[in-house]
Amino acid sequence: MTAPGWERRAAWGLGVLAVVAPIVAPNDYWIGVMARICLYATLALGLNIVVGFAGLLDLGYVAFFGIGSYVYAFLASPHFDVHLPFPLALLVTTVVTGISGILIGAPTLRLRGDYLAIVTLGFGEITYLLLINGDRPINITNGTNGILSIDRPALAGLVATRNMDYYYLFLLFLGLTLLVSVRLRDSRIGWAWQAIREDELAARAMGINTTVAKLQAFAMGASFAGIGGSFLASWQRSVFPENFLFTESINILAMVILGGAGNLLGVVLGATLLVALPEVFREFQAYRLLVFGLLLMVLMIFRPQGLLSFQGRREAESDTAEAPDEVTEARA
Amino acid sequence: MSWADILQILPQQLVFGLALGTVYGLIALGYTMVYGILFMINFAHGEIFMIGAYLGWWVFALLLQAKVGGLHPAWVLPLMLVHAMVGAGILGVCLERFAYRPLYLRGATRLGPLISAVGASIFLQNAVMLTQGARMKVYMTSLLFPWSWRIQVAGVSISALVLVMTASAILMMWGLHLLVQRTTLGRSIRAVAEDREMAAIMGVNVRRVIAATFFLGSALGGAGGVLVGLYYTQIDFFMGYSAGLKAFTAAVLGGIGNIHGAMLGGIVLGLVESLAVTFINPAYKDVVAFAILILTLVFRPSGILGESVPESEKV
Repeated sequence: MTAPGWERRAAWGLGVLAVVAPIVAPNDYWIGVMARICLYATLALGLNIVVGFAGLLDLGYVAFFGIGSYVYAFLASPHFDVHLPFPLALLVTTVVTGISGILIGAPTLRLRGDYLAIVTLGFGEITYLLLINGDRPINITNGTNGILSIDRPALAGLVATRNMDYYYLFLLFLGLTLLVSVRLRDSRIGWAWQAIREDELAARAMGINTTVAKLQAFAMGASFAGIGGSFLASWQRSVFPENFLFTESINILAMVILGGAGNLLGVVLGATLLVALPEVFREFQAYRLLVFGLLLMVLMIFRPQGLLSFQGRREAESDTAEAPDEVTEARA
Repeated sequence: MSWADILQILPQQLVFGLALGTVYGLIALGYTMVYGILFMINFAHGEIFMIGAYLGWWVFALLLQAKVGGLHPAWVLPLMLVHAMVGAGILGVCLERFAYRPLYLRGATRLGPLISAVGASIFLQNAVMLTQGARMKVYMTSLLFPWSWRIQVAGVSISALVLVMTASAILMMWGLHLLVQRTTLGRSIRAVAEDREMAAIMGVNVRRVIAATFFLGSALGGAGGVLVGLYYTQIDFFMGYSAGLKAFTAAVLGGIGNIHGAMLGGIVLGLVESLAVTFINPAYKDVVAFAILILTLVFRPSGILGESVPESEKV
């Protein structure tokens, strides 16, 4: 992609900064905020695979976040009295959520861009309604009361209790998901996704199995949400259906779009901004969503490629006759 | 519940379903008209519907506050409807002008306008919440349509409100049908939907026709807001979200871009929902509606009556 040297240096610099920051400035509140940034950046990277790489607009990503959180809660809480060790619970959750991505993705394969968006939105709503009504006739999700007293992450006798512990755990996995994202982007699968995003018909003509590639995108994106869900459940130590409303989908989507869909550093930047800004402007909390909505509109009008994307420029250079954003948006 | 009980409440539920279904159809027209002409899902249409409900409530509240005597639905309801329709229509035109036109003029397809529409929807929702408060407003429906105004048909009790609601929805749909089929504006709308460039060459002012389409669709959505407000008696800033999704389901079910399809889709959806309430579980009413949406899109994306979208746009 564009400017790999610049990208790599920035990533290393930010990585070092993220590791040292809590040691230099040990403020528990801000470490908590940074942990949330890592959590949401992981989720945003997952959605980025579907929206940014493969160009499939998923408006119901929160479904996977919810499924991940609840699966982890089932595996490590007194609710079913199952207490798997953390690494195993995390692994199972990631795999199960990935499979749910395939199950939800499969029916949507033939759909056009905006229909796909609506169907994923419908799945998000159905997931929420099932979580909230899942206490009858058999109590599975415990309904609106949620699942409480979820186990803390523990590994080899070390138990995460402070925000600092969670922060480093989340940061480690954010690093891993970033690495996976980079490797995927530059692999054959990543190229296939980007080809589908640019032009699905042409991609198929070039011999790409678009069905398999799209399912892979859904599965990868969902499995990242599984990791994020496990983290939310183990950090919050409780999960409620209210955690997984439609606005959460939009929140994560805004992170991806703001930074620049497809651009990994941009997505992390988007997550950082959208988690940190409301903390900085606490007194304007009520206006947060209002500003979000305005931001999405203004961004689509003035900078549809996001803050940190070089795509617009590249397209503009190669073909000025075509609208710059025509290509970044999947048509099929 | 035994089968006898179910059979007893079924006709009543079907009447409710039919009444609500015609209103869904009314709201669905807004989606379908905009889709027919711009091929975009006006995601903020649900919010326009919600604001229509607030506008109608506002007129009613002002009348109550001024202690105007002789409140009769014959003049109060049209006043509320006209107010809500004009307000919602103007809002729809503004939305088109500021949130969508910059995008489609640039030639942006699909995702850009949809994300912009999602942004507009969140913006409007929160603007209403911040200015009107998060608590629900109550429509004093019983002051307009007393409980005693009802008729009995074959053991089913139908209130005057349900009759008036269904009648006004059908009347407005019929009006739209005439407008689209018989007037110059209607012919322009059909021409632009068929082929925007060719229509422009033939002298149709495309931008004005698009704005007019937004006005009409939004006005019908606003009227739907008043009717739903009267029916459920309470409204809040979030009501547009699920109502919008249902209306969109109705539009897709009937065949998006197809005006008659939207009406049919609304009625079918309303009836299916009432069946779900009777036979399954009221808590799963919305699950059934969304499942219908997904099943239609997956298995028959062109809907019952077939979508009315030019060949060039079909991928």
